[in-house]
Amino acid sequence: MRPRFYRAFRQALPAVALIVGLLALWELLARLLDIQEWLLPAPSAVWSAGIDSLQLLWPHVVRTLVETLLGFAVALMAGLGLGIAIDLSPLLRRAIYPLLVASQTVPTIAIAPLLVIWFGYGLLPKIIVVGLVCFFPVVVNTADGLRSASSDLLALLRTMGATRGDLFFKVRLPSALPMIFTGIKVAITYSVVGAIMGEWVGASRGLGIFMLRATNSFRTDWVFVSIFVSAVLSLGLFGLVNVVERLLQPWRFGRQEHWEELSK
Amino acid sequence: MSPLAVEVEQVSKRFRVDGHIVHALDGVSLHAAEGEFVSLVGPSGCGKSTLLNLICGLMEPDSGTIRLQGDTLPRLGRVGLMPQQDLLMPWRRVMDNLLLGPEIQRRDRQEAEQEAQALLPLFGLEGFAQSYPSQLSGGMRQRAALLRTMLAHPTVLALDEPFGALDALTRRGMRDWLLQVWERFGQTVLFVTHDVDEAIYLSDRVLVISSRPGTVALEVNVPLPRPRIQTQLDTLEAAHIRHRLLTALGL
Repeated sequence: MRPRFYRAFRQALPAVALIVGLLALWELLARLLDIQEWLLPAPSAVWSAGIDSLQLLWPHVVRTLVETLLGFAVALMAGLGLGIAIDLSPLLRRAIYPLLVASQTVPTIAIAPLLVIWFGYGLLPKIIVVGLVCFFPVVVNTADGLRSASSDLLALLRTMGATRGDLFFKVRLPSALPMIFTGIKVAITYSVVGAIMGEWVGASRGLGIFMLRATNSFRTDWVFVSIFVSAVLSLGLFGLVNVVERLLQPWRFGRQEHWEELSK
Repeated sequence: MSPLAVEVEQVSKRFRVDGHIVHALDGVSLHAAEGEFVSLVGPSGCGKSTLLNLICGLMEPDSGTIRLQGDTLPRLGRVGLMPQQDLLMPWRRVMDNLLLGPEIQRRDRQEAEQEAQALLPLFGLEGFAQSYPSQLSGGMRQRAALLRTMLAHPTVLALDEPFGALDALTRRGMRDWLLQVWERFGQTVLFVTHDVDEAIYLSDRVLVISSRPGTVALEVNVPLPRPRIQTQLDTLEAAHIRHRLLTALGL
């Protein structure tokens, strides 16, 4: 256990060192050049502003997280469903696939105001924005992943008398899992940003709103605090997906012999 | 007299490839008696694999008939195919891979698992039931693939260059092991290879398939006594058979 932990530490070290270095440089420049706080607050100032505003910030964070999770859940279910449907029906594939790709050329930020007109300022339009942002990578990766199954393996199962259901559940779905998770990982990194975009066009609560209000009152330190929090949310969700991925595919992430040169 | 295990009569198969027609097989006839070990040798692309796919029921012939145990009922689920790549599912542990056939046939899992467990030593897989295929060596993977095929209880085994991807040393050992398994279970085997010595060593009968369109160019009995040992390949009799096979192959 110890060497594994040590290896993970050594792996992460360069990235951590770089981040710490950049923060130190920022702090140093902010102090040496005596930059006004409303222009660019030093990391230490952002940190203490974060601690101070914790109580104020918390309901906004919860709201954004709820929007993100609901929107992501909708996108996941719809994406998997449509991905499977596209895979099962060649007609559907030809009809929907081009439309899906075309839909991605429309910027979501342009649709968001329309959603406010149609659905008001409540939770629903934010869920839809997050859903729209996350939906595409899930559908495409599901549809493509299901096609990636080995035709030889499918033939082998047929010689054993397999039904279409057998082929789907025993071969195609497990074969597609790695690609489906790639789609989910792309989607989850967009999801928090999607929720914040949804809030910008009209909301009463959420990280996006907190950000807007901070900007309007020149509380630049709070803007940075909300940027930091949204990054932490995204990373946390991404990490969670990684854990689920590992749990669902033990054969890909199981213990593997690690050969390492001793002299280097 | 019991019906022949496999009867292929005047089977032809054509494919359309990029707009032109390829004659893969043209009037191929062959048969295998119950418990017989028959090898098919031929150059790459002579339609050997097409022939096995037809016999397994993955394809239907354009003309001619294929009978298993004397009937022309659907063949899917009756012939056990073992391809060159082991095609073990990386997401299943070895035991779950082995039980694929019983699972598809909706047989009792516990019974099938007991049967598999009892056969693990013969297949050199003892202690690896809970491993993932990625943890096995090439030879072990092929043996696991054959055990998976056997556990589906096919009446005929169709082995499509099963040792083609293995190194020469492992391959020699696998031949002896295959004969051991075959002598124990006595299934009818159709064995595709392009190794003439391998065909002689294993088979009761060897068929040479000519290149496109595939036809049976020669049929040779191998009367070497069993159990076979490697040195039998050095006898005059084996040399004579080898010469006839190589000549028919145009080598």
